[in-house]
Amino acid sequence: MFQIINPKNLFSLSNKIRKILFFSFIILIAIGLSEALWFSPKDYIQSHAVRIMYVHVPSAWISLGTFLIMGLLSIFSFILKNKNFLIISKCLASSGFMFSLVALVTGSIWGKPTWGTWWAWDSRITAMLLLGFFYLMYILSWQIFEKEETKQKISTIIAILGIINIPIIKFSVDWWSTLHQSSSVNILSKSTIHSSMMVPLVIMTVAFVVFSAIIFLMKYNAEIIKLKNKGLDRL
Amino acid sequence: MIEKLFSMEGYGIFVWSAFIFTLFCCCILYLVTKIQLKKQENKFFVKFGKLAEDKIKIAKKQKINKEILVNKPDYNF
Repeated sequence: MFQIINPKNLFSLSNKIRKILFFSFIILIAIGLSEALWFSPKDYIQSHAVRIMYVHVPSAWISLGTFLIMGLLSIFSFILKNKNFLIISKCLASSGFMFSLVALVTGSIWGKPTWGTWWAWDSRITAMLLLGFFYLMYILSWQIFEKEETKQKISTIIAILGIINIPIIKFSVDWWSTLHQSSSVNILSKSTIHSSMMVPLVIMTVAFVVFSAIIFLMKYNAEIIKLKNKGLDRL
Repeated sequence: MIEKLFSMEGYGIFVWSAFIFTLFCCCILYLVTKIQLKKQENKFFVKFGKLAEDKIKIAKKQKINKEILVNKPDYNF
């Protein structure tokens, strides 16, 4: 496991698979969009507004998953004193932030025709907004501080604190009475979504995961080259 | 048929704006990341080109340096 995420191996892997990932993304997004916008059925209550789900839900899942990985990597980095974990975490942040923004904006657009409002201070939505702020603080912590050590310390603290918000987002719809509906897709229990809607949802999720991987690999390569640039100065 | 796809019984404005916003964000993030990567690569190529012969030999021994130089179109191995 640690061998794969070794900078040399990850850099080499990135150069080899980026093009394959890019073409996979183009194919997946083309199939996903045609399914989501055309072939999937409309909902009997929400009508065509339900199609927003195909971008909103995968974005929310990816932003949650990404922050969870970032938090865990920050904990491992703190325990094992491995700086590569922090570089990986840093490179994951931008796509995670973008997807949290997409989840918030598309959720707001979906809220208008279904709830009659763009925004509500509902527990799930507020917790998602908080996640967006955690992402923003994390990214800014790498930008605004001068010393490398300070950047690493502050970003680790933000990622570890932000991880507390993840179960709150996940279970907010069960713990409190909220405007946001409860989960229709469950791993442990039976999902309440029909397969005709599940298929495009899965395709769009895979497409977004592939997109996140492309962004991560490009960011990671840029970070490693940045370090190598410093190395050339010292030669 | 096309009109039906765009109007979506009055929900088209919401559905299309959500999808366009998502794809727009993806495009922007991809372009910004690509530019950042190219910028770092170009910086590396410039610095590498200015190195003395003996230092180039040392730098070339490193696997990652070799991998970066593969992306340089006119680089002679």
